[in-house]
Amino acid sequence: MSRSTAIAAGLGPAAAEQSAAAGPRRAPGWRGPKLRKKTELTILLAPALILFVGFVLVPIVIAAYYSFYSWSGYGPLNDYIGLRNYSYAFQDPAFIHAIEHTLMLTVASVVIQGPLAISIALLLNRKFVGRGFLRTVVFAPYVLPPAVTGVMWSLILQPGGFADQVLKSFGLGGLVQLWLANVHIVLGTVFVVLTWQYLGFGIVLLLAGLQNIPKELKEAAEIDGASPWQVTRRITLPLLAPTVRIWGFITIIGSLQIFDIVWILTEGGPANASGTISTYMYLEGVQSTDFGFASAIAVILFAFCFVFALFYQRFALRRDTRGAITRAVG
Amino acid sequence: MAAITQTAGPGPGSGFADRYPLRRWTVMPATYLLAIVAFGLTVVPLLFVVVDGFRTNGDINSSPAGWPHPWVAGNYTSILTSAPFWEFLGNSALIATVATALTLVLGSMAALALSQYEFRGREFFYTVFVAGLLFPLGVGALPLYLLLQRLGLLDNQFGVAIPEAAFALPLTMIILRPFLRAIPGELQDAAMVDGAGRFRFFLQILLPLAKPALITVGLLAFVTSWNQYLLPLLVLQTSSHFTLPLGTYTFQTQYSQNDAGIMAFTAMAMLPALGVFVFAQRYIVAGAAGAVKG
Repeated sequence: MSRSTAIAAGLGPAAAEQSAAAGPRRAPGWRGPKLRKKTELTILLAPALILFVGFVLVPIVIAAYYSFYSWSGYGPLNDYIGLRNYSYAFQDPAFIHAIEHTLMLTVASVVIQGPLAISIALLLNRKFVGRGFLRTVVFAPYVLPPAVTGVMWSLILQPGGFADQVLKSFGLGGLVQLWLANVHIVLGTVFVVLTWQYLGFGIVLLLAGLQNIPKELKEAAEIDGASPWQVTRRITLPLLAPTVRIWGFITIIGSLQIFDIVWILTEGGPANASGTISTYMYLEGVQSTDFGFASAIAVILFAFCFVFALFYQRFALRRDTRGAITRAVG
Repeated sequence: MAAITQTAGPGPGSGFADRYPLRRWTVMPATYLLAIVAFGLTVVPLLFVVVDGFRTNGDINSSPAGWPHPWVAGNYTSILTSAPFWEFLGNSALIATVATALTLVLGSMAALALSQYEFRGREFFYTVFVAGLLFPLGVGALPLYLLLQRLGLLDNQFGVAIPEAAFALPLTMIILRPFLRAIPGELQDAAMVDGAGRFRFFLQILLPLAKPALITVGLLAFVTSWNQYLLPLLVLQTSSHFTLPLGTYTFQTQYSQNDAGIMAFTAMAMLPALGVFVFAQRYIVAGAAGAVKG
């Protein structure tokens, strides 16, 4: 399997479909006896539809319903409390901080990891010895279970541990901190670990995007006397923009729901200094067996992702997707 | 910023490079330097965990950043000869396999329906699936817990695998449907002329042609399931049902004094993912790129 066919699996047909959607339909479709067609369609479509509706859409409706109750997870659902779960959440400073931390991690992921990934991808987008190997190495953290990454970094970052020793051996002992116990630093530490896990994915994704840019365009610009900077600025980056926007979507949706690495590094602590919406939900809802409250937080988290995705689709991805998702929800 | 300005353009030897002679002397060294830094930052933490797994706890405490002295294999052998590690591994494999199989079978059936048939509501059904992208599993985990409790599927591996398959469907549809639609219609006519029935055409011609897309979809489903943490954490309660990520953190909290043991366990937990998935890199990237594009 060559690289190009694999990329085609993701990119080619998508483009092909866009053009097909504009013109007349390619395939007339099967036109058999009506009953037979209906039966076939049902057999093919119903299982996936039932699975999807039952396990993706129905649960959020159930959660929305439970969020109006005070419920410990057992027994009948009879303690209706209206919107009190929601009002309690928004009056709890820990939850407000959790929202702030989630948004800070999300913004930092885009603003810091984005330019970093683009710069590294640009610099690595040239022939050099060991490029394929390096790409594989850089990608490796992305395929590790984040929970296991979290355990690894908690070992590296423990007081007097490997990270501290390395700093000391470089004469930077003064920089040593209580990486996971200092309330002023912990969120930054979490962000560094997140970057370690996810930056490689961005780099490899952007490298794939760079390789899809036709060489002729750059060569033509160079023949016309464009400087390297002008070629990058006017040709490469604009043509890379769709890939950057896709990376942005994946990164933001991922950051908004971030749970595993934060939970394992800090459990949201110390003193809620690194809690996110998801860890707050687990700590205050699940561990405190207040499932009505946990449902309310889940609904709020859902709303965050939903609103973001709508805006992103409408304003950033619009040119790339022709509103594949906006069409879905209005 | 200087590095970025230097990046575009063809290799040395062209007239372009002659016009910017500085490039040849700055870009390649910068590239190699960056390559080495990126390599080091990625590999050193991994190596640290693997190597420390060969040390004793006393050795680790006396010098946290040193080489093993002496090298001991006991941490690894005691993990490899104990039941929990293999149970976690088996559970992860079971759940990921079931989730992947469900995703592939149901996903390709639905993609066939939405690509090879003309019917009212086809685009509506497609958009319903696509809308699922707005709703990642991390957000759905708690609602799923409530549903699984009602269904009596708590503490059951299938209670993890089935929802994972459901959440993998949007990406599956987005990758598969355009791929199936892009296959030329003449093939279908030729198959009919040769007397092939519809399902035979699907099974023997269409799906084999869609193999690259199916591999991408299957690998994405498998990796996503393998790495999932929140859903198994909520659903699985007996430790003999735990997945590998769940088991790793449990091991850490249970044996918090045994650093060397935790290192070895963590290293072993990373091995399957590193060994298999790194080679799946191109498919994962292609799938991710296709995800939002469709």
